[in-house]
Amino acid sequence: MSAPVGQGDFTSGDTARRKDVPNVFAIILQRLLLGLLTLFVVSIIIFAAVNMLPGDFAQVILGQGATPEATEAIRRDLGLDRPVVLRYFEWLGGALQGDLGRSFAQANFASFVGADAAGGTTVLQQIAPRFANTMFLAGVTAAIAVPFAVGLGILAALYRNTVFDKGTNVFALTSISSPEFFLAYVLILFLAVLNPILPSLSNIYAGMSLGERLERSLLPALTLTLVVTAHMMRMTRAAIINLLASPYIEMARLKGMTPMRVIVRHALPNALAPIINVIAINLAYLITGVVVVEVVFVYPGIGQLFVDAVKTRDIPVVQACCLIFAAAYIVLNLVADILSILSNPRLRHPR
Amino acid sequence: MADHLLKIRDLRLEGRADETWHPIVNGIDLDLGRGEVLGLIGESGAGKSTLGLAAMGFTRDGVRISGGTVEFDGIDLVNAPLAEKRRLLGKRIAYVAQSAAASFNPAHRIIDQHTEAPVQHGLMSERESEEDAMRLYERLRLPNPDEIGFRYPHQVSGGQLQRAMTAMAMSCRPDLIIFDEPTTALDVTTQIEVLAAIRDIVDQFGTAAIYITHDLAVVAQMADRIKVLLRGDEVEEAPTREMLESPQEDYTRSLWAVRSFERPEKPAPAADAVPVISVRGIDAAYGDTRVLHDVSFDIHEGRTVAVVGESGSGKSTTARCITGLLPPVKGTIRLEGEDLPPDYRRRSKDQLRQVQMIYQMADTALNPRKTVGEILGRPIEFYMGLRGRERRRRVEQLLDEIELPASQFIDRLPSELSGGQKQRVGIARALAAEPRFIICDEVTSALDQLVAEGILKLLARLQDERKLSYMFITHDLATVRAIADEVVVMKDGEVVEQGDKRQMFTPPHHPYTDLLLSSVPEMDPDWLTTLLEERGRENLGDAAIDRMNG
Amino acid sequence: MNVWLWALAALATLLLAAYALRAAGRAATAGAPAFRDMTFAVAFGYVLAAAALAGGVWLWVQPGAVFFRWAVQFFAMATAAAFLFRLAGRHVGTEATRKAFRQMPLTAAFGLLTILLYAVTAIFADILAPYGQSEVVGAVNMLPGGDPATGGDPAHPLGTDQIGRDLMSRLIYGAQNTVGIAFATTCIAFFLGGSLGFLAATIGGWLDNLLARAVDVLMAIPSLIFALLLMTIASAWAGNQQWQLTLYMVIIIAVIDSTRVFRLARAVGQSIVVMDYIEAAKLRGEGLGYLIFREILPNATAPLLAEFGLRFCFVFLTIAALSFLGVGIQPPLADWGTMVRDLAQFINFAAFSPLAAALPLMAAGAIALLTVAVNFVVDWMLHRSSGLKD
Repeated sequence: MSAPVGQGDFTSGDTARRKDVPNVFAIILQRLLLGLLTLFVVSIIIFAAVNMLPGDFAQVILGQGATPEATEAIRRDLGLDRPVVLRYFEWLGGALQGDLGRSFAQANFASFVGADAAGGTTVLQQIAPRFANTMFLAGVTAAIAVPFAVGLGILAALYRNTVFDKGTNVFALTSISSPEFFLAYVLILFLAVLNPILPSLSNIYAGMSLGERLERSLLPALTLTLVVTAHMMRMTRAAIINLLASPYIEMARLKGMTPMRVIVRHALPNALAPIINVIAINLAYLITGVVVVEVVFVYPGIGQLFVDAVKTRDIPVVQACCLIFAAAYIVLNLVADILSILSNPRLRHPR
Repeated sequence: MADHLLKIRDLRLEGRADETWHPIVNGIDLDLGRGEVLGLIGESGAGKSTLGLAAMGFTRDGVRISGGTVEFDGIDLVNAPLAEKRRLLGKRIAYVAQSAAASFNPAHRIIDQHTEAPVQHGLMSERESEEDAMRLYERLRLPNPDEIGFRYPHQVSGGQLQRAMTAMAMSCRPDLIIFDEPTTALDVTTQIEVLAAIRDIVDQFGTAAIYITHDLAVVAQMADRIKVLLRGDEVEEAPTREMLESPQEDYTRSLWAVRSFERPEKPAPAADAVPVISVRGIDAAYGDTRVLHDVSFDIHEGRTVAVVGESGSGKSTTARCITGLLPPVKGTIRLEGEDLPPDYRRRSKDQLRQVQMIYQMADTALNPRKTVGEILGRPIEFYMGLRGRERRRRVEQLLDEIELPASQFIDRLPSELSGGQKQRVGIARALAAEPRFIICDEVTSALDQLVAEGILKLLARLQDERKLSYMFITHDLATVRAIADEVVVMKDGEVVEQGDKRQMFTPPHHPYTDLLLSSVPEMDPDWLTTLLEERGRENLGDAAIDRMNG
Repeated sequence: MNVWLWALAALATLLLAAYALRAAGRAATAGAPAFRDMTFAVAFGYVLAAAALAGGVWLWVQPGAVFFRWAVQFFAMATAAAFLFRLAGRHVGTEATRKAFRQMPLTAAFGLLTILLYAVTAIFADILAPYGQSEVVGAVNMLPGGDPATGGDPAHPLGTDQIGRDLMSRLIYGAQNTVGIAFATTCIAFFLGGSLGFLAATIGGWLDNLLARAVDVLMAIPSLIFALLLMTIASAWAGNQQWQLTLYMVIIIAVIDSTRVFRLARAVGQSIVVMDYIEAAKLRGEGLGYLIFREILPNATAPLLAEFGLRFCFVFLTIAALSFLGVGIQPPLADWGTMVRDLAQFINFAAFSPLAAALPLMAAGAIALLTVAVNFVVDWMLHRSSGLKD
């Protein structure tokens, strides 16, 4: 219910009772547990979704023309003849210990040559180096995008409704609206083909020097930066404008404080929570963007592995990648949540 | 008045809306001498806050000074460089905002915000300023003056925060302070102590002030001179006593007249009469928090029971219990002797029809996407089953009764109505159900005084014509005086005292009723002084309540 | 290292220029407020803008900057078209539309015009396209430009693809398929999420709690990842039936997106449900249907319409991404995401044949242009509805 100006205390109604502010740690603990619970439910959904496959994995692996014997062999090999619930807990227990199962592509090959399936690569072995690559890419992106976007957002908020603000707004809307692959190809066109400054393919392998790695991953990182910056900048701008409209900012100006001091001392401490939130949300958003960008640049990250696994229906890999993406997403959102709780003075200094 | 501190000539202000500039203030002159207090009074939209800020050479976003001059101690504030204006603000001109809770930065302690201006303007060291702050807190009678500044704003109550903000405005000992409705958001009992504190400190330091408010009685206590504004124009200006005794303009007189409306007393109901609504010993709770305890009262046919109390006293909750939105934990509600089911969903259509409600905020009470005709037509169709032409005729009758010409209003949307007209439509919607009993929840508190009076008169007339019973929830004792037959005083979810109006307005009272009654500002400029002498300085607001409870 | 030195020198020059600009302005105007109160940051901004403008002019005259000139020309034409469209809108139509056009920024006018053009292309694709979408009409990999000297054919102005289908026709049919499928998906998502959201907001209680929790969990999985997971399973279900896979994709994306719609509808619904007029209707004894359809929904149209635009963009981009990855809209339907993937390698010929390199960018740009247009319109709508509240 919105009270009219000047009626504040009276009209907020008899229902608006002062509530005791709970302990910060209790709230954070509660959020952590909630995040854990969410992750658990998500793992059930992922597992259940995969078990909705018609027939079973074995047929999926071998395709239509498989002999019953071969199918049976694989089924036994993968333990598909046991109950679903049992298999779920085995899978989850394994995942918690870092055992994500064995890739079908390998299992398929193993059974085909009649060798022992245990000799194939595990999903973990496949994912681990690629996961590191993806984290590297995300890190480079964040390092470029966060200062750039937050700075731009603050500037746009300070000089709102000027040509600069309108220009950045159009730029932001355009890059939010563009599919990742469009931005990627535009960058390739200008920075790799027409002006060969950066390589258009990001084939990274172990044992590369850091400088070389950086150079190879700069183009995908720039693409992701374009995508994420726009969101981050717009959200930062909105948060800051919202903040600058608060009466305490007006009060600071009416106390004769310089614009710099108003921003640094009065706006920034309160802007921290919304900005941290914006950053975390956008890093979480990055996870989705990574998939397409990795495919465009043939970057050996987890996103490309995921897409390949989807195409070849390599179920254990799909499951594992999905779980990792979801976990990263949940953790980032959780971090945003907790940091914004920690930066709220009302919660930090209870009555 | 030779020594001018502030001189405003033909000041024009414009605000931006719908891509064009609209006038807000059209050519106001204002003079203020050193140490003088000027009251600016006007209804909402009169442009008084905008004018107050412009007196500091400041305009909000979307507002501009389009003409005229503002001269502060010989400095032209309209054309001064920004840097020079910044040197004046906070140091020589200070501002006290309406909502202290929103105007203190939540991230810093109160005293750090207090010392900011003196330190940044180079008047005192941090240390000196802190000590000065504590002395000011003491003067403003804040509890624990040595300690309270080290709290964060949200750890301090509204009335105390407002005094802390007054102290902050005083931190550089400015020549001029602009008070922008500093007590409007406070309860009456808290308002008094803030008023007393502000008046004392302004007197002591000989600071000039512009005191902006919509409450005549408040401004009468605070100001040496009063200027009345109406839609950006000056109506008149005179010394306070002169203005109160012999207002020159019709508009000013009409502001006074509101308070003179009073209804003739009605005979007491027969002893054996069955009350229309009877509330018997109800307790109510939101979750685990108990909000009502053992509330009982009766409302008889054709009578108005005013339920008064401050925010959080449980008045609105009582209404929610009667309507069935919040089923009471204990106790019963009877409609003409019959028990009503506690939950509204279990009440019959007829029972629902008998109990109607009029809301405080006419803006949220009417569906913005429906025309007046649809809003009024729905209950007619729903309860009476009238359709088509019959329904329309009935709507026209209703509009006639609330004094809005049907031909003009029937097809309008709520956004095309003024506040008073919306409230009238709200009344008509309640009437359309042809109820026995109407709950009026603060129906006049969001309206300007003149409009409010019209609404009160309309409600009184309808009551006489239709033998309606009203439960009138309000915090404004002037309204109680005007319309009530009986009064129920509530505090912290309990009924403190009840009885008929005359009895309630003549002593002796329950101490809380006494406090409530005596805290309502009166038009007499000496009222605050007299009251302070009677009560003693230590006996205001929170302190008085604490003493009473202890 | 040299590069950094140059950058540093350029920055210093700009800073100096900014200082000089402000000082010169103050001296020339004898302290007019515009220069007197100008902060250094603003002065620097002006100088930076001037430098950028100069850089643009320099680039324009470079012989190699074909794409830059195209971009500028496109931008100029789009601006002119939007301006004319708005001018026309101000003089044609009802009083209400004329008023809307009068307050419309150029970006929104451009957005509306673009959406209209796409709609016309999508609806009349069969008439507009010279060939069928899966019709093999000529030699494979014919270059665009229509000039036989460079390996083109006037009958195929944009050339042909790797199996000899006319690219212009496929681009036009892409509007029908990609946009049409995205639109249908968004409608389903809205129907699902919207109705559940309003129901949850109106009824409240355990139903509300249950739905909100369920949606929270579903939203904890990033949508593209979830879509890819489900598409894996759907591809097994569909087997070799390509059209079935497309249908599954529509359902999957609609369901995933309906969670986002649910959240908004519930929030909007809740903000309306607390209004006194809803309480008045409840106390009158009105039923659930009346409450939702007559009291709540009419007040939720503005935010819902804006959300529809945003959701459409999101769905559209997701479908394009899936198609680009090869698991979205299936052949023989022509669609832009798949076209980008198939034509991507032409980018490498940009130096020899700019037009060929433009092909994949055209398909990708067609996607971007529509989402930009919708976003421009939505931005304006949101701005307008928030402005009216003040």
